[in-house]
Amino acid sequence: MHAVYPLVLGALLFSIGLYGVLARRNAIAVLLAIELLLNAVTLNLVAFGSILRDQYGMGQVFTLFIITIAAAETGLGLAIVLLLYRQRATADLGEQRELAEPVERFDADELVPATELSTTEPSTTVLGAAR
Amino acid sequence: MTHSYLSPTGVEIAFVLVGLVILGSGLLVVTIKNLVYAALWLVVCMGSVAVEYLLLGAELLAWVQVLIYAGAVIVLFLFGLMLTKAPIGPTEELNVRNRWPALLVGLGAAGTLVTVVVQAYQHTWFDPRSSVSLGTGRSLGTQVFQYWVLPFEVLSVLLLAALVGAIVLSRRQRDSEEAEA
Repeated sequence: MHAVYPLVLGALLFSIGLYGVLARRNAIAVLLAIELLLNAVTLNLVAFGSILRDQYGMGQVFTLFIITIAAAETGLGLAIVLLLYRQRATADLGEQRELAEPVERFDADELVPATELSTTEPSTTVLGAAR
Repeated sequence: MTHSYLSPTGVEIAFVLVGLVILGSGLLVVTIKNLVYAALWLVVCMGSVAVEYLLLGAELLAWVQVLIYAGAVIVLFLFGLMLTKAPIGPTEELNVRNRWPALLVGLGAAGTLVTVVVQAYQHTWFDPRSSVSLGTGRSLGTQVFQYWVLPFEVLSVLLLAALVGAIVLSRRQRDSEEAEA
């Protein structure tokens, strides 16, 4: 078999997963796309393990390890998403702005704006109401 | 033995066909508007990846993939969807409003990776049949317990830690809050 077939398939699947991670807004949908990324990597590992056939069986053993780590990652990730949903009543990643810096607007001639503009508070009403 | 693009072997044809299934279902996973359907298309994708493992000669891994990914992980996802009251019907909420940067990054990554891989491996051929003996349970087990014992044990501790962490995270905190009050 030509080595390009599995490797190109892995590359394309990785790109699809990358698009999914960036384009999805729901946290669970992002986790689904991360699974696609991990599968692309393991497909590459199996292909290289089959091409190189080294003494230690690295490709397939590492794939086994990655599958284990992916299971752990999914469990923890979903627990975190669940906690997020309980506290904020949404799993939307676009809404998680509590740690973001407040947007301050600078004019060109205002070089010390911190004291005047500190009254613009970030809106936490939506997030606080969920508790 | 001569190789040619114009006379593909049966394994290659099967690989490309299953690969098309993988790419199609992968695209549906990241674009479909219904979150439950996305999780179910991921089952198709994982199952097809397992078939590709079989075609590449990794027999045990194919079954592990079916058991753990297509079985356990997807069930976990469906439980997560249920518990977060995710939108069941088709919604626009699933995607970011401006998808062009994501599309650009995805296409850029695809172009770069495919170019590099094709340039690097266009003269490499291998016989997946000769690696079948590598992928059996016996040889994989021998390798894990001969060369990779320490990573294996570390991984079991990691799994335990993830299990405990997930339980601690998802437990309701009401008792401690009442104790504080």
